[in-house]
Amino acid sequence: MSNQIVQGILLGGYYALIACGLSFMFSVMRIINLAHGSLAVLSAFALWLLASRFHIPPFLGLLIVLPLMAVIGGALQRFLLERSARGGALLPILTTFGLAIVIDNVLFEQFGANTRSLAPFIGSLSYDSWEWPGSIYVGKLAVIIFITAVVLLGGLQLFLTRTGLGRSIRATSEDPDTAGLVGVDAQRANAVAAAIAMVTVGLAGAFLGMRATFDPYAGATQLLFAFEAAVIGGAGSLWGTLVGGIVLALAQTLGAKIHPQGFLIGGHVAFLIVLFIRLYTSGLGLRGLLRFSTGKVS
Amino acid sequence: MSLLSVEDLVVRHGLLQAVRGVTFGIERGETLALVGANGAGKTTLLRAIAGAHQAASGRVGFDGADLSGMPSHERVRKGIALVPEGRRLFVQMTVEENLLLGRAGGRPGDWSVDKVLDTFPNLKPRRHAKAGHLSGGEQQATAIGRALMSNPDLLLLDEVSLGLSPLVVDRVYASLQGLISSGTTIILVEQDLNRALSVSNKVICMLEGRIVLAGDSKSVSRDEVTKAYFGLHRKAAGGVPA
Repeated sequence: MSNQIVQGILLGGYYALIACGLSFMFSVMRIINLAHGSLAVLSAFALWLLASRFHIPPFLGLLIVLPLMAVIGGALQRFLLERSARGGALLPILTTFGLAIVIDNVLFEQFGANTRSLAPFIGSLSYDSWEWPGSIYVGKLAVIIFITAVVLLGGLQLFLTRTGLGRSIRATSEDPDTAGLVGVDAQRANAVAAAIAMVTVGLAGAFLGMRATFDPYAGATQLLFAFEAAVIGGAGSLWGTLVGGIVLALAQTLGAKIHPQGFLIGGHVAFLIVLFIRLYTSGLGLRGLLRFSTGKVS
Repeated sequence: MSLLSVEDLVVRHGLLQAVRGVTFGIERGETLALVGANGAGKTTLLRAIAGAHQAASGRVGFDGADLSGMPSHERVRKGIALVPEGRRLFVQMTVEENLLLGRAGGRPGDWSVDKVLDTFPNLKPRRHAKAGHLSGGEQQATAIGRALMSNPDLLLLDEVSLGLSPLVVDRVYASLQGLISSGTTIILVEQDLNRALSVSNKVICMLEGRIVLAGDSKSVSRDEVTKAYFGLHRKAAGGVPA
């Protein structure tokens, strides 16, 4: 059991990493980015391309891909999300859904349906592990991913609370109208926030490619994990995202221990329990919750 | 040349014309009281000057520049700061963070967090408290301090006494008196006529989106303002006499 718990916590680091961009975009721009998973896969393919064609190792490739992802994030916000957000809350969701379809199919067109992995390009790191007392094997890559997640979340927290730009982003997320009145350029703040979110997506995509295989249509699964971790942790809370990722991963690993098919189901059950508790405690009550679940809430 | 010149300004809320062809000006160092009943268009006029509402027509000129179409954050850089009605603080942030946000415009000047805390001593012990946990008076002081942190040439104050106890209003106005004495140019929206007339040197009364009375605070009687306030005494809209 202790092995499952350790593996679950480490896997939670990856989920936190992929959820943090989704949570960040939602908290700042109030946009649920359904292209989140596809953008992570895009990053993984970019690193794979650099490694296989130009022999640039994935960790070095990040120096090229992450700035590129930041530019993509800023441009997406400026030319797509900001415009669609003017059309109401639903339009950005539809826009990002469309964007996900475009990215998936462009990747399919370019790379075919074969599964790929970055593992061959990182040597023994993909399978090396440390043995802890009690015959617990801890993967080196899993530890790197977990530490990266903690450092990233801590860094983002410091950035948001200790820097002028971070305060501007928080002010824009809280009240964009008043932020403008105190001199904050809300457009710029949102573009920077989108760029940061995309950098985290790029990192998550890199680790996705290193720890597993991916194909052009792998984005939907990653989006689902990110969404579940973000909701469990409380969308918008950075450290909550880490907790959410760990809870999701623990539920999955414990589910897998109970039944061979229980990995995904365990995570979904944990997500649904937290979702129902949140809806119930949000003031809907049991009757409102039943009406909500049967689609009778207008 | 006026520091601020508003010419034939029209502002709409959808189909409703909230400000109807308003023209006035204010010189550097003056304090202008903008009075009028609820719905007269005072807040909309201030927000249009600050860039939070785009004008349907007309012109807002500031320090020789035409501000038409300029977004609010750029107007802050030009030197206009608004203390909005209801304070509109960032409640998840501390007093210090709210004040530091006032520097987002990047205008150089004397105002710093310490200077604001010296001006509003009641904020000193609350420096690291979240704005959402402050009393009404402390929130108002933070909102004024946040605006001052942008080192404005023109300070727009919208209903600073709203929802505050008389004692707290006295404290806020005592601080404002200091700002006025230091030469800060101020446009003040206020429901309390006595206070408005006592701190200002010019007064404008609005009714249904138009200026119905404009003059020097010392030469306009309270009775005249009251009549204009309730639409009993209309004067042709025009510029404030210099």
